[in-house]
Amino acid sequence: MKKNSSLFVNGLYDGIPIALGYFSVSFGFGISASSLGIPTWASTLMSLINVTSAGQFAGISIIASIGTIVEMILTQLVINLRYSLMGLSLTQKLDDKMTLLERFLISYGITDEIFAVAISKEGSVKAKYMYGLILLPVLGWTAGTFLGAVAGNILPAMLSAALSLAIYGMFIAIVIPVCKKNQGVLFCCLISAVVSCALKYIPGLSFISTGFAVIICAIVASVIMAILKPVEEEK
Amino acid sequence: MDNITLLIYIVVMALVTYLVRMLPIVAFRKKISSVFIKSVLYYIPYAVLTAMTIPFMLYANDSILSCAVAFAAAAVMAYFKDNLLIVASTASLAAFIVLVLL
Repeated sequence: MKKNSSLFVNGLYDGIPIALGYFSVSFGFGISASSLGIPTWASTLMSLINVTSAGQFAGISIIASIGTIVEMILTQLVINLRYSLMGLSLTQKLDDKMTLLERFLISYGITDEIFAVAISKEGSVKAKYMYGLILLPVLGWTAGTFLGAVAGNILPAMLSAALSLAIYGMFIAIVIPVCKKNQGVLFCCLISAVVSCALKYIPGLSFISTGFAVIICAIVASVIMAILKPVEEEK
Repeated sequence: MDNITLLIYIVVMALVTYLVRMLPIVAFRKKISSVFIKSVLYYIPYAVLTAMTIPFMLYANDSILSCAVAFAAAAVMAYFKDNLLIVASTASLAAFIVLVLL
């Protein structure tokens, strides 16, 4: 059995590539946030205590459009619902001896990439490993946001405009490889895209805010596909 | 939005996000048995990311053309290369090239 300290170091090591990716994407997030008029302290704090790309991205657009707190809560709930599913699968991998406090602590750092790395480890996952795995990505995410928000105000407009596309690039990077392998996900994305465009471009529907539009797309597309192509038993 | 309201929004966001992460990890130890619920949960992240990208990526900056090119470049790159950093950089680089050429 490995010592706790080396488990922590293993986690740190596995977190390095995630941290580098997060740094560049959150740099773009910081730029987007400051271009929407959100102060640097706010976007940096948001990254430190939320650690969620899609959720924060929706969050800043709700803040910028002065959406209601209910819209914010519902949007975060739906966008981040995937973390519940990840948390559920992760419980199957967690060390039996993991305490309640440790479970509270590791919950903070469940993101798409951290989950993906943790779930692919052989054997059970211990809290010390998770602490190591979470630490650097969170630092990268927060530092990148701060620097992006600061640089966003001084960088040439052309560079800021280009970097603000990085976060969308990350969304595409998560979705396309799965669409390639899984027809159900492909159709789910197509339905979601069609509904999203309909809500955006059909004049009578423009009263629906962006946050709620995302919720509607997500529920319509995932319910249709759950009926048409239920997920098979886990491999 | 004043600073206090902004802070409240950010903290509420974080609480909701934390609860969504924490509840299953703390409360559940068994697998969900409903295939329907499992399927909906499985599809939701992809539907969310797609709805956030299409069509809104086109309006990420003032040049719709640069955004459209960035989308196409990122989609092609993601098809061949399953790497977050590379695909995200491709989107930015493609947009930058268009902006420079315009």
